Amino acid sequence: MLDIQKIREDFPILKRTVNGKPLVYFDNAATSQTPTVVIDAIVDYYTTYNANIHRGVHTLSQEATDAYEIARKKIQAHFNAKESHEIILTSGTTHSINIIATGFTSLLQKDDEIIVSAMEHHSNIVPWQMLCERTGAILKVIPMNQEGELRMDVYDDLLSQKTKLVFTNHISNALGTINPIEEIISKAHQYGAAVLIDGAQSCPHIKPDVQVLDVDFYVASAHKLCGPTGVGLLYGKEEWLNKLPPYQGGGEMIDQVTFEKTTYAGLPHKFEAGTPNICGGIAFGVALDYMNSIGFEAIAAYENELLEYGTQKLLEIEGLKIYGTAKQKTSVISFNIDSIHPYDIGSIVDKLGVAVRTGHHCAQPIMDFYKIPGTVRASFAFYNTKEEIDLLVDAVKRAKMMLS
Amino acid sequence: MSIKEIQEEIIDEFAMFDDWMQRYEYMIELGKSLPLIDENYKVDENIIKGCQSKVWVYAEMIDNKINFTADSDAIITKGIIAILIRAFSNQHPKDIIDADTSFIDDIGLKEHLSPTRANGLVSMIKQLKMYAIAYQTQIN
Repeated sequence: MLDIQKIREDFPILKRTVNGKPLVYFDNAATSQTPTVVIDAIVDYYTTYNANIHRGVHTLSQEATDAYEIARKKIQAHFNAKESHEIILTSGTTHSINIIATGFTSLLQKDDEIIVSAMEHHSNIVPWQMLCERTGAILKVIPMNQEGELRMDVYDDLLSQKTKLVFTNHISNALGTINPIEEIISKAHQYGAAVLIDGAQSCPHIKPDVQVLDVDFYVASAHKLCGPTGVGLLYGKEEWLNKLPPYQGGGEMIDQVTFEKTTYAGLPHKFEAGTPNICGGIAFGVALDYMNSIGFEAIAAYENELLEYGTQKLLEIEGLKIYGTAKQKTSVISFNIDSIHPYDIGSIVDKLGVAVRTGHHCAQPIMDFYKIPGTVRASFAFYNTKEEIDLLVDAVKRAKMMLS
Repeated sequence: MSIKEIQEEIIDEFAMFDDWMQRYEYMIELGKSLPLIDENYKVDENIIKGCQSKVWVYAEMIDNKINFTADSDAIITKGIIAILIRAFSNQHPKDIIDADTSFIDDIGLKEHLSPTRANGLVSMIKQLKMYAIAYQTQIN
């Protein structure tokens, strides 16, 4: 059992008020809040050992390099990567996806096929469309059903010898659906296709084991895991990362540079051109320590309790419809009430101190599928409470009254 | 009335309210009085980009004054555009171009001025002024 009141003490922001009301933060799927240990790590870095890494021989540089590389090892351990150089530190999920999508330009040919799911964030659609434009490859889409679950029967039909790459999220940011990635990965591998899993939404709830999953690429962002913004992860199997060309040129990523020819550094530096987000990387490691000290099994169990409670309470509101009712889902509730615009509901509940997300959640194809302009999305984290859900329900009722 | 006078009138109306709820309820009421755009003009080219909700605006010039009509699929947005149009409609293009819009701040709707992508107020003002510039060019 988690001691939620004690956990809440770890997050100073939860004490603040918004519009004169205590903050109820239900936009965790957009970004999580930051515990004091992570804030302290950031302050400590800039206060005591801020220096550029990997090059300097002076003490500060060595301390910073050690801390950064320890963070990489923590990330490796958390995701159970075989090698620490299979962990590339990036600016976030979008950056990680772009490294792979750009890298595949030289590996794809005209009429090769790549497969995406119908419930992706724009960041896991657009880079691949751009890849198709560059190479002449064809983008195929796994559709979903009304509950917001992938049509795995159609996936079977889409796969062929032409399939080179499959990419899908582990959990949908707009619907909360947990996708059957084990099946997606193993079936793609039968055709020799590589698989990229976007773990941006799953990492806060589930601890993935990239070796058990046998996934080729796994990407995520620190800021959804109680870490800072501007840092994230690209896990890639060593054999794949060696096959891909560098994404950006610059310092850090080279072996030898002459004006005639440059040779590139080995992994992970090949993909880490320029001065990285050193402080962010270190803080990412601290955030993982913090999440692990609470425990992902306990987090998932408690968040599931919040999901069930929130679903039941919100459905008591007449005219409220939830989008995304998959059997396997995480603590995200996307909803609308009658024909009230989600923006109207979001504006009113904000006035009551409740932070939710409104709009298309960077997943316009899902909104088109349901023929709606967007939804109101409440996403819960392990530091939220049932009392806060009651405040959300009251706020939504009040909004409905004002807007009907 | 001049734009400035109408803006002061709106500020006075909003000054009567003690809290945000009354202000929002009044804004929703104002939304219902919005001069609605002709259905024929409710097309994509008249949509203001940058709003989370859809906003259509149409402008026509009658006797050297611009007449605005609009609509939105969100009620609060409709209220905001109604306030803007009340101040700007039936005015000379040059007066619209020169108009100050800080009255939005004075009526307690400052949060709608923040440059987040969710929000369209800044885009709405820009679009109304663009219409004014276009019609001013015609006069010249």
